[in-house]
This record gives sequence, structure tokens and C-alpha cells, in this order.
Amino acid sequence: MTIPAGLEALDFSFTGTRPAGAFAPVLVGVVGSGNLEVLLEAAGGDGCTVRIETSARGFGPIWEAVLGDFHERHPLAGVRIAINDMGATPAVVSLRLDQAVAELPAAAQGARP
Amino acid sequence: MISYAECSARERIAQLLDAGSFHEWLPPAERLTSPHLAQLGVPSSFDDGVAIGRAKLGGLEVFVAAQEGAFMGGGVGEVHGAKLVGLLRRALRDRPAAVLLLAESGGVRLHEANAGLIAVSEVMRAVLDVRAAGVPVVVLIGGANGCFGGMGIVARCADHIVMSDVGRLAMSGPEVIEASHGVEEFDSRDRALVWRTTGGKHRWLTGDCDALVEDDVAAFRDAAIDAIGASKPVSLATLEAEHALLSARLRDPLAEDGGDDAIALWTHLGIAGADRVPDLDVAAVRALRPA
Repeated sequence: MTIPAGLEALDFSFTGTRPAGAFAPVLVGVVGSGNLEVLLEAAGGDGCTVRIETSARGFGPIWEAVLGDFHERHPLAGVRIAINDMGATPAVVSLRLDQAVAELPAAAQGARP
Repeated sequence: MISYAECSARERIAQLLDAGSFHEWLPPAERLTSPHLAQLGVPSSFDDGVAIGRAKLGGLEVFVAAQEGAFMGGGVGEVHGAKLVGLLRRALRDRPAAVLLLAESGGVRLHEANAGLIAVSEVMRAVLDVRAAGVPVVVLIGGANGCFGGMGIVARCADHIVMSDVGRLAMSGPEVIEASHGVEEFDSRDRALVWRTTGGKHRWLTGDCDALVEDDVAAFRDAAIDAIGASKPVSLATLEAEHALLSARLRDPLAEDGGDDAIALWTHLGIAGADRVPDLDVAAVRALRPA
């Protein structure tokens, strides 16, 4: 089966318990080979939505698992996440997501060691 | 010391300008992205690879643009170029103390073809307009991708160029020369050759850049502060002087013995011990340039 050229767009949403409140948009990472950029914006409500555009097609289940783990670490509420990806590995994706959360107001980051 | 080369575009802005003073125009949340890349299956970037805005430098208001070399090699696409042009045109209206271009680019983003080429030509015209208005345009070059192609021309249109020794500035990049003229003419994998012919030391010795600094964000900041007020109006006299310099360079009798062209050129420029230049540190090379 041939995979058509072009990007794949994926959408996920979670219901969170940790309101992020108001914050200025956060951007981390760069869209380069094996890398990605993550944009966090305040959205209101109790949801955490994730929109991914990636050049690596066919990895939906992996994204679902990586984002599920992220949501367990950070059950954010009122956040919109947008990702532009150029084939980052799951570990890099997780690090970038955590890096973005580290830029949020303290209350949204939960308990820290 | 923070390596300028290793910083991202946004880290450079944060470190080089007065702390917390950057106000971005068309920030990532505006999602002003490329209209072309998605059609080719290439991911976009929320800022199309360039951050623009106003900031303070040593207390003075400056406009600044920083290209992200890690996104498409800093290639100038339609939106990327339009952001640069918009920044420069706004400088014509608002008259900041200077416009800083933190350039890191392989030139036109080939994916966007003619739109990218037109964008670069518009940037050149806007740079010359800003210069003519007496606002200095200062180009800082020290990223790993260098400053090549259309952005190389843009840099040479500016009032003032600051480079580190790891920075590179040229029109055609090493791979382009090798592809068009053959590996015997130019071996793009020979890093020492590439830096001898495009690197900051070479550009300093030939007078193609105005300041040579260490690969240190603080050194770039100091050089940028020094460049404020270094406006060089474009006049017939300056153009004729530039043409005379370039003509003289073409007439220079270079070594015919199969020796190294760069070292022969430096020797001809009157630089003592030119063969040692590649091994010297920045401070030593700075002292070598003939007055």
C-alpha cells in the first residue's frame, strides 16, 4: 500500500484536573530533522487538546501512547497544544512536552521535587 | 561564555538584547506559516523560521530579526521574507537606533522557488532604503549554517557586518560550488578549505566584515552596540570605492604554483605570516588586518 505524499494531521483531547490558568503562549523546540516545535496556549475549560502536523505518517498509535503518558505526568486543563513535527522520536517528543510545561506558571506544573 | 553558534534564534534574541526587552511582532501564536510547504509534505513552523520585533540594546530601541538555521537551513520563503521586509519598512517609519539582522541562512528556500527569490530581492531593496534613511542595518553572522545565497547578498548590502571566526559568509555555498564546478575545483568536505574561503577570519582580513569577534553572545552584543551609529550612507563615492576594491582584487596576481589560494591572497594583502592564520585565535587575527 502506498502512502500518499503530504503531512498527516492528528488530533487528541484529554480532560485534565490541573488548570493552567492564563499564560502567554509558550514555544519550545525547532522544526528540524528529528525534532519538533511545541506551542502551548491557554484555552479555558477543562480540556487539553493536542493538534499534531507531522511529516512522518502512520505513527498515530505511538503519538497516542506518548501523549497518554504525558497526560498522566501533567493532567493539564485549559490548554491547547499544537505541534509541528519532522520525525522526532518518542523520547524527544516527551522531553519537548515537559520542557514546554516547565515554562508554564508554577500552579500548572504540579508538585516538583 | 555562551556560544552564539549553539544558540537557537530565540535564545540569541534573549541573550543578546537587554533582558526581557524583546517585543515580538507576528509571534508563533499568530500562525503566519508558509503557504507552500504543506503541499510538498514538509512541516511548517509557526514563525516560518524567523522571529521579528523591537527590543532595547544598551537602552536604545532597535528592531531585530533572527533567522532559525535549524528550520530549513534558515531558508527564506515567502512569509519569512515578508516578515523581514515588513520589519525594515517599519524601521523607515519609526526610525529605531538600528536594525539588527541575526542572519543564519542558506539563502532562498528552494521549496518556494520564485516566491522565495522575489522575497530576497525585496529584502535587499528594503535594506538599501533603510540605509539611505540613515538607520544603520547591522548583520550578525555566527550560526552553524553561515550566511549564504541571497542572504549573503543582503548582508553585503548592509552598513555593518559582525562575524565570529566560526561564522561563514558567501554567495554560493561549498556544496553548490562543488556541484557546479567539480570536486577538483572545490572540495566541500574539506572544512579547513571552506573556512579559509568563507569563514570569519578570511572575511575580516579581506575587509568584507567590519568586526571579528569570538563565538560568544556577549561579544556579539558588544559589537552590535558599537555598530549603532555606524551608518554608512550609500553614495556614488562609496559605490565607486567598492568597485575599485573589487576590481583590484580580481587583478591580484595569485600564486600560480598550485599553492593555497586563500593564503596567497592574504599574503598579497600584506598580511605577515599568512600561512599561520588558520591556527591563530581571534584576537591575533584581528591585529593582522592592514589599516
